[in-house]
Amino acid sequence: MSFQTPATEDFYRVLPELIWCGFGVLLMLLQPFTKNRPFFTAVAFVGASLGALSAFESAQHPGAGFFALIQIDTFSIFLHLLVGGVAALVVLAAGPYLKRENLDPAEFFALVLFATAGMGVLSSAQELLTAFIGLEMSSIASYVLAGYRRDTLKSSESALKYFLLGSFATAFFLYGIALVYGATGTTTLTLMQDAPATSNLLRLGLALILIGLGFKVAAAPFQIWTPDVYEGAPTPVTALFSAGPKAAAFALLLRIFATVPAATQYWFWAFWILAVLTMFAGNLGALVQTNVKRLLAYSSIAHAGYILVAFAAVTNMDAADKNLGAVPAYTAVLFYLLSYALVKVGAFTIVSQLGGKDEKYVTLDDYAGLSQRHPVAAAALSLFLLSLLGLPVTAGFFGKFYVFKAAVNSGLIWLAVLMALNSVIGAYYYLKVIVAMYMREPHDAVKDAPVAFPATVNIVLVLSALGTVYFGLFPNQVLRLLLEKTLIGGLK
Amino acid sequence: MNVNLALPMLTLFPAFGVIALLVLRGDDHVFIRRMALAVSAIEFALSLFLLPQVPVGSTGYRLEINVPWITSPPIHLHMGVDGLSLFLVLLTTFLTPISVLASWNSIQHRVKDFFVALLMLEVGVVGVFVSLDLFLFFLFWEIMLIPMALLIGIWGHERRIYAAVKFVLYTMAGSALMLVGILWLYNATGSFDLVEIQRQLQAGIVELSPRTEMLLFLAFFVAFAIKVPLFPLHTWLPDAHVEAPTAGSVILAGVLLKMGTYGMMRFCLPLFPHASYKAAPYVATLAIIGIIYGALVALVQPNLKKLVAYSSVSHLGFVVLGIFSFTVVGMQGAIYQMIAHGISTGALFLLVGMLYDRRHTFEISQYGGLATPMPRLAAFFLFAALSSLGLPMLNGFVGEYLVLLGTYIVHWQWAAWAATGVILSACYLLWAYQRVFFGEVTVEKNKTLPDASERERFILATMSIVILWMGIGSSYITHRTEKAAEAAHEHMQQWDVGAAPAPANGNVVTLERSSNR
Repeated sequence: MSFQTPATEDFYRVLPELIWCGFGVLLMLLQPFTKNRPFFTAVAFVGASLGALSAFESAQHPGAGFFALIQIDTFSIFLHLLVGGVAALVVLAAGPYLKRENLDPAEFFALVLFATAGMGVLSSAQELLTAFIGLEMSSIASYVLAGYRRDTLKSSESALKYFLLGSFATAFFLYGIALVYGATGTTTLTLMQDAPATSNLLRLGLALILIGLGFKVAAAPFQIWTPDVYEGAPTPVTALFSAGPKAAAFALLLRIFATVPAATQYWFWAFWILAVLTMFAGNLGALVQTNVKRLLAYSSIAHAGYILVAFAAVTNMDAADKNLGAVPAYTAVLFYLLSYALVKVGAFTIVSQLGGKDEKYVTLDDYAGLSQRHPVAAAALSLFLLSLLGLPVTAGFFGKFYVFKAAVNSGLIWLAVLMALNSVIGAYYYLKVIVAMYMREPHDAVKDAPVAFPATVNIVLVLSALGTVYFGLFPNQVLRLLLEKTLIGGLK
Repeated sequence: MNVNLALPMLTLFPAFGVIALLVLRGDDHVFIRRMALAVSAIEFALSLFLLPQVPVGSTGYRLEINVPWITSPPIHLHMGVDGLSLFLVLLTTFLTPISVLASWNSIQHRVKDFFVALLMLEVGVVGVFVSLDLFLFFLFWEIMLIPMALLIGIWGHERRIYAAVKFVLYTMAGSALMLVGILWLYNATGSFDLVEIQRQLQAGIVELSPRTEMLLFLAFFVAFAIKVPLFPLHTWLPDAHVEAPTAGSVILAGVLLKMGTYGMMRFCLPLFPHASYKAAPYVATLAIIGIIYGALVALVQPNLKKLVAYSSVSHLGFVVLGIFSFTVVGMQGAIYQMIAHGISTGALFLLVGMLYDRRHTFEISQYGGLATPMPRLAAFFLFAALSSLGLPMLNGFVGEYLVLLGTYIVHWQWAAWAATGVILSACYLLWAYQRVFFGEVTVEKNKTLPDASERERFILATMSIVILWMGIGSSYITHRTEKAAEAAHEHMQQWDVGAAPAPANGNVVTLERSSNR
């Protein structure tokens, strides 16, 4: 194999990642010179959003780059925008949080940007080892972020748990790659199109990859870590975890199972079972939670289950009607990820502000009577919860609607019915929070607790709330973008 | 493509009021109340303009608007009224200002939020009745949940939170399945448009296998049956009613329950006639059980508000029975009974609420001999009770009579059983009336209770006039609902129900791949 230099175009294709990493490094270099918090927040925000916007530049150079290691298509552009947008919002929300908890901003923001770059790589990777690098980039930064409040016990526990289980899962993923390579002789997804579907080695390899990614997206039975990690991590980090890495891991999963036909045919039942298990594990677990952070963690497990329903729909398509049904199913996943990310970032931002110093106030009792103490926060959190519940005029409704539609389209009526039942279970615990906020009286300790909503946090809330309502009224824009373009490069 | 903005404007008008309420002075309670009253009164006045639009003998939908909203999947802003929905819309817009008036003094806590919720509720309910796109219908159906839950949960009585959550969960359980059903239909027909889907099913372009049709029917029917509520699914209703504030109860009994029966007439029957036909004996049985069971439970209730709530279960049983008799008379009776029940039960809830305002209890044993301190209230109560139990000349009689007549034509046994409900309703209402208003004043406090105030007299007089007018001038309504009932009935006949659907030349749609994969 002779060494070639990558084309100039290729650098445009990874422009977002370059910007994110560049700003990450810049932040670390700036750290010794200033202690100015707003300055770091501004730099990190500019970095995150610039990186996200530069995805439009990479969109001018569609196709495979770096010798087919990555693929720039509508799918990857969309996800770059998504993870970049999430990072920008998280940066804004984290500024006041870091100040309150007296944590160092520069490293934090740098880690957020590195993690985002990793997610960017994941969403455009078309080769398994590249994907592995992306996964590691985002994971390692995430481990550190989870333990960022290092003097608190819970945060350290969260980091350790995430690290141990995460590296275990990564090992599965890597082993899976090795087996797939053994079976097909390549790690490039597009070259596996003709791989024999009957190869047991390939199946095993894909199963291990599924386990590795199942851990990242918190699919049952690999979800055990989620509540503890989400609870212990600083809340802005939790917001990032629940939106970014999940989206990126789902993206990779989707790309693998969309590109490798050998995978799509045999994994229908795997996804079916995963989806059902995950939905029930998340929803039933959330029922008994009194800590809002944990409740939202369980809810994010449940939502992973709903997304997996769309995966089952994708893999259930017969080859013949693939063009008919699969593309809407991919679109359903992407729209779901978008609506879900908006909502989760908004919700966790509110949780982070209401927590007060050391995140003291995170139980349902502390949320009692919030509508009287802080009506706007209560209204915004209700909006987000209703979106998670899937009520109309919120983005969450259309997210769920398209997944339902994908499932019904591919004939998975019973899965759709199970999902419907799960949304009803979900309604109970989301309502519990709303009931606490609107129908109970605040207890004495929180009555006098100051609830501060600084400007940057308000921007995050306004953006995510507007987005939630906007996509709840006009989901068209996103869908048109996704439907009119070739969605996934390898898929014809 | 029709663009007639009348109905969207009518639907959204209260929402503008909500925005005005939110923006304008929030602390001046009198201003807020007046504002809410003005908005809801104007809404009622606007809705009156619908009346000339649906003349006697008109068929099809009037004031239609049909513009695309979301292109993929094709969701349209499709609205229209016909004889069926016209009066339900009017009922909604009529009961809302009444509810505002009824809450004038009893709501002192978070006043602005209360009226915002009440007006949003009106938006949702009117939207449900005028939507002709399944998706739009579902949207309003879900939207209306939240304000209602808030009304119960914030301004209700002791167990309000339990009742609110129960109400939402029951409804969500039904509607989630309905959403699957809607999507299934969309998958088969490629449209969310009720008219289009109906056309395709009727013309045989899309044929549903009997099993598919039955499953689809159930997906819709269960959602509606929960709302009605039909017998085994009714347990949320007494809780919701007892815990809700008066205005909440009035709207809940007056219009929300009708959304269920409306859905059955609008969707279940026209879309799934075979399945409806097959299910009719079971549905009718449940309806009759509901009629008798509701009446019996009402008979032994020590709680006055629960008594009225269970009487709703009983009365709505008549509506379902009328619909599933598949006769024009029965269906017309059902429509009429929907309106009549909204008015007379609404009036009863208002009266119970007025008693509660004075004594803060619903226990019948706490009252007795109230006719002495408050003769006017007693008179109005008697009037409303008589209308509810179906005294001829008042509105309750017409609906029940037509339903029983329509049912008798096809199944005299059903009518016989259901008729016992009429007798029982006289028992529980008159007995309750006797215990509350007649005899000696047993509790000392009751001796000095004030009689109906001017505001209350106005509310009650308005309700009484409507009750009387509906009883005497019933033909004004029945003439206008006739075509809607006939259309549904003809439709059942046209499909030659009863005979098994022949697997004709069309492609039979079966979507049960998942089960045998």
